[in-house]
Formats: sequence, structure tokens, C-alpha cells
Amino acid sequence: MSFLIQQTLIYAIPLMIVALAGVFAERSGIINLALEGIMIFGAFIGVLFVHLCQKYGVFTLIIQNGTTNWGTMQVFEILGMLVSAILGAVFALLLGFASIHLRADQTITGTSLNMLAPALVLFFVRLIANQEELRLYTGDAAEWFMIKKTMLGFAKDGGGFFVDTFLNRFFIATYVCILLFIVCSIILYKTKFGLRLRSCGENPQAAGSLGINVYKMRYLGVLISGALAGMGGFVYALTTSNCMANGDVAGFGFLALAVMIFGNWKPLNIAGAALLFGLFKCLAAGYASIDLNGDGVKLLEVLSKDPSWGKVLNPNFYRMLPYLISLIVLAFTSRKSRAPKAEGQPYDKGMR
Amino acid sequence: MKFRKFLNKNGTRSLLATLISILIGLIAGAITILLVGIFDQKLGLREAWKGIRLIFFGLFSDGVDKAGNLLFGFNTTNIGDMLFRATPIIMTGLSVSLAYKTGLFNIGASGQFLAGTTAALFLALKIPTTVVPAWIVWIIAFLGGMLAGALWGALPGLMKAFLNINEVLACIMTNWLAANIVTWVFEGSGLQCTEGTKTQVIWKTAHNGVSNPKFGLDKLLPGSSQVDGGIIIAIIFAVLVYILLTKTTLGYELKACGSNRHAARYAGIRDKRSIVLSMAIAGALAGLGGTLYYLSGTTEFHWQTYMALPGEGFTGIAVALLGACNPIANIFTGMFLSTLDVAGSKLSFFTEYNEYITDVIIAVIVYLSAFSLFIKLKITKWLKIKEPSKLGKPEEIKAPPAENTRKEGEA
Repeated sequence: MSFLIQQTLIYAIPLMIVALAGVFAERSGIINLALEGIMIFGAFIGVLFVHLCQKYGVFTLIIQNGTTNWGTMQVFEILGMLVSAILGAVFALLLGFASIHLRADQTITGTSLNMLAPALVLFFVRLIANQEELRLYTGDAAEWFMIKKTMLGFAKDGGGFFVDTFLNRFFIATYVCILLFIVCSIILYKTKFGLRLRSCGENPQAAGSLGINVYKMRYLGVLISGALAGMGGFVYALTTSNCMANGDVAGFGFLALAVMIFGNWKPLNIAGAALLFGLFKCLAAGYASIDLNGDGVKLLEVLSKDPSWGKVLNPNFYRMLPYLISLIVLAFTSRKSRAPKAEGQPYDKGMR
Repeated sequence: MKFRKFLNKNGTRSLLATLISILIGLIAGAITILLVGIFDQKLGLREAWKGIRLIFFGLFSDGVDKAGNLLFGFNTTNIGDMLFRATPIIMTGLSVSLAYKTGLFNIGASGQFLAGTTAALFLALKIPTTVVPAWIVWIIAFLGGMLAGALWGALPGLMKAFLNINEVLACIMTNWLAANIVTWVFEGSGLQCTEGTKTQVIWKTAHNGVSNPKFGLDKLLPGSSQVDGGIIIAIIFAVLVYILLTKTTLGYELKACGSNRHAARYAGIRDKRSIVLSMAIAGALAGLGGTLYYLSGTTEFHWQTYMALPGEGFTGIAVALLGACNPIANIFTGMFLSTLDVAGSKLSFFTEYNEYITDVIIAVIVYLSAFSLFIKLKITKWLKIKEPSKLGKPEEIKAPPAENTRKEGEA
């Protein structure tokens, strides 16, 4: 059970934070179809940061007496997140500039950024690593960054269910993201700034007439969106693919877009949707090692090997589940879904 | 004065804007190469200069001489490869164009491409050519691929029409579903290539004696290229789509429904049917892209795709947008992008750089084409052309030609 919860969180957290990134952009009136691209870019930047730190010996300074000081490593992890957030925001500026200043079609701009990011990343990865993927310079992500319960002072077999689930074999990034998700949601809904930002996505002309600088608000929306998505990309690379950048995040940016839409552009619903999606993603990835009721029988794996059940309940089916389920959920919820009114429309001061 | 008038035409300025976007894109690629060459000691300026020349003239690259200098010349193998690689992206481009013209953004061309590929390969390899003549198998596979693509395209259409699900979202989901279904279909199909050490590769259709008709193109362009009749079929389809969109009642209904669904319904057009139909046709076109590409008989298909989608679908978006979603223009933009593709493979072959720089160039061009209106406006100012009408309104890109709206009242 704790395995199931941990894995679900690992898949759900990047989705959640990137979906929130989408909310910031769309609430300010800009459709951010480029989430996938920004994630890819952010993942590359973060991995490159860690790679370079290792290459130039920064990490060897942290190893004292043969053991890694795990506390300092966490600082590096957060630094990596910060770097990818900053450059993600810079990358998102391309979207902001075209759609706010040049009044370009936001769908096309987003699509072009989705093409640009993997191309740029692969171009540089090939030059740096001479292969299609950039890995860590030495070791793997779990060895450097993962926190185990023994590090926190629990006994190897002690601690109970809660500690096993939430304080064992985890990445600090997961909890930083949850914290950020809460803080950003509060900013968007409970502060003056958030209200102004949202008003620009609903009726920018009215907002403009009340003295709100719509251009500034939209730029801020896109920048925050880019920062969160870039960071989400690095978190994805760190927690699910062993800190590797290969110009691909397995469609997570697009999935985040889906999560945002069936979360109806609201943080709480998004968190729920992301968890649902993460659960099915986790089933797809780890169906063979999930013990649902704790009796030692791995039911899903047994079923997939069964001659009659296995025809349907096989790995391919589990991999399709997240997409099938979200289509079904969408079918039931889409009638109630309500996008920000002015999203996708360029703001023109003169049009009132 | 005639020249002035020519410049004043909307079409001319659109073309000019596109050409400027392309030029800026190529220059951006060249600058990237130059910068990397300067900052990377192992590359250096000599390598960068080679790279820049290949970006602009890669299609005419003719290998290297013994000293490592690039040779240029007219090379029919390159032209043939260019035409061969243009085929699938012209088809996916047509798919995106048709959807765009009817008010839908078909981001699902990748999935439809996969669906078409799967059906076509399955049929072409499973029907024994010892019993059925190869050309009949080819026709069955061709139609099967088209049908599978249409089906896969109709799915998001149905969801949009009846369940009000945004087509972009539905397409994303069906893309990934298709990617998984492909793996499922081929995993136990017994069609895996057993030649050599290859894994997860399907037999080329030539294994069963099925391949596209050549239409004499291999004689016209001798060399080792893969060129075949696929490009001719693609061009025929481009013309057909053009006729469908501009000369037929059906095309008119689809476009009317795209520009305003409710008004179209008021005018007696069945809006739900129109949406499903345009997505189905778009899907069929994308499916045919995959079909034509893999029925060439000489292309291998890697089936384990559940982690990635084929790039043709997304390149199709670039083809469509660069050609302003005009089916005829798509033929040329498709060929242009495959020219870049050929240049990219030359780049990774003859220099230390790699082919991904051409994807960067394509992305930059599409990015620029998103604000082609702005560029158009600059051209207008720069040439001091009199402003005709409502330039600068963002609706202009999306709206179908104005004469259609007038006809609507009569219908």
C-alpha cells in the first residue's frame, strides 16, 4: 500500500504543479499550450545543472569521510529546481512576447515552442553527451538525492505505516512542490494580485479600465507559468526517469493540460484530478509489484498472466488506462467546464 | 505601377511574410551553429562554416572530397529522398490544414498516422501474396490505412460534437491510446522482423512483395533514393482537398460550421455531422500519410512506441501553418521541410553537428509564422503600401474567405 501511495505521488506531483502552471497562464488570458515544451526545457536545464556540478567537482566537496552529506544534497536539489524554474520562465517569455506584444495566435505559438524545446535540447544533448540522452555525470538520482528513513533517525524496521509511506525513500522535491502548490493557490485566490490576474483572463477591458496594467499582469501570468512548468519538468526528470534529459517528458505537459481542464481551472479539483491520473499512471508502471490488500499476492500481475484474463488485463491495457479514464471522466464533466472567458484573445487597449 | 498593384495583393504579402519567416529561421539556425562553433573548441570555425553551407544548400550536397571539403552538385538521390520524405508530411499537413479550415485544431495527426500505419502494415503483411495478387493487397492495405485513420480521427470528432469535449484534449488522449494499441497489435502478431539482430521492428512490406507503384519516378531520379509514387498520390490528394474545400457544397458546409457552429445550424447545416466528418476526413489524410510512407516497402517500422509519438504528426502542423493552411501551398511547404530534413541528415553525416538543428529551424519558422500578420504589417509600412482593409485584426487568420459568408444568406 505504501508503495502504491508513493508511486502515485511521484506521478501526480509533476502533473499537479504543471497543471497549476497552466492555470496561471490561462487565468491571465493566455493559452499555454507550450507546457510540454517548457517542461522539456526545464528538465534539460535542471539535469545539466546537476551534471555540470558533478563534472566540476562540486559534489565531491560534499562527500566527507566517504559518506554523502544528504542535507547539503537537498540544498543542491532545490537549487536545481530554482535554476530550471528561472530558465523555464525565460523560455516562456517567448510565448509571452509573441502573444501579448505581437498579438500572435497563441495556439500556434505554443505548438511552435513545443517543437522548439525538444529540438534545442536534443541538439545540445548530442553535442554535450554525444548520445541521445544526458545523464548524471556519476551515479544515479536515487543514490545522490533520495532521503531514506534511516537518515532521519528512524530504525530500519521501525516507524510504522506513516513513516514508511511519507518519510521513506522520498525526494524533497515532492514536498517542496506540494508546499508551492498550496502557496500559489492561495496567491491566486486570496490576494489582491491574484484577483487582478484573474480579472485579466475574464474581462481584460474592464480590468484595464480600472487601472490594472493588463500587459503586466499577463506577462506575470506567463512568467509564473513558465517557472512552475520548468520546475515541474525537472522534478519529473528527477523522480521518474533517474535525472535524465532526452528531449521528452512522455507527454506529461499535455496530460497536465488535460488535468487542468478537467480540474476546471480550480486548484482543489486539479489536485484531485492529478492524483487520479497519477494513480492510473502508477498502475501502468508498477502493476507487477503492487500488493493491494497486503496478503502477498500481487493480484494484477497474476491476472495479467492468466490465459483468459491476460488477453485484456495486460501491460498494454494498464498503460492505456490513464488516457481512457480521463476521456471517460471528461465525458461526464465537460458540460460543466468553464474556461476563463478571455483566454486566447489578444488584449487590445483600443477595443472596448 | 503594376508591380505596386502586385505587392498590394493580400496573397503576395502573405507569401512575402512566409518567405521572410523562412529566411529568419534559416539565419537563426546558422547563428546557432556559428555560436556553438565559436564556443566549442572541438568544432571550430571551419566546421561551423561547413555546417552553415549545408543548412542552406544541403539538398545539393554531394559528399566530401579526400581533404574533407564539402562538394556540391545536382544529386538525384537527394532529390528522390526529399520527395520521399515529403510524402508523409504533406499528408499530415493536409490533415491539419483541412481541420484548421473547418475550425478544428487537429493535434491528433500523430495518432491517426499511427492508426493508418498499423492497419496498412497489418493488412499488407498478413494477406498472403501467393493467393491474392500483390497489387490487390496494396489496394486493400491502402484503403485499410485510410479507413483506420478516418476512424481514429472521427473519435475526437464524435467527442467534440456530442460530448462537448475540446478536440485538442480528445486528440491528445487518442494519440496516446493509439501509441499503446500499436504495441498491443504488433506484440503477438508474429510480424516481427527476424533478420539479423533487430528487435521490435516489423518486416518491410517488400517482404511480402507489396510496395507503392513507382510511376517511373525511380527512372526519372536514378540513384539509391527511396522515391516512389507516394509523392504523386500525395499531390493528387492535395488537389482533391483543395477542390473539396473551395468548389463543393460539402466543403462549404464544413467551413461554415467551423466559422460559426450555431449560425451554420441556423442555416440548416447539420453541425454535429460536419464536425465528425471533418475530423474523419482529416484522420483519413493523416492515416494515408503513414500508409504511403510504410507501404513504400523499404521503410522499417519500430513498433514499441508507447513512450513516444511519431514526429510526422507534429511536422504536419508546421507544414500546414507555414502554408497558411492552403492545400496547394502544403505541397511546397512539405517539400521545403523535407529539404531541410535532408540537409539535417547531411549535417550529421558530414560534420560534427547533428540533424536536430533543422528541427530548431522549423520551430523558429512556425513561431514566426504565428505572428505573420505583424510581419505583414511591417512589410506594408516598409513598402509604404496603402492599407487596404481591416489588416491587423487577429480574426483574419482564422476566418474563411469572405465570399462564403455572403453565400450563406442565399442558402
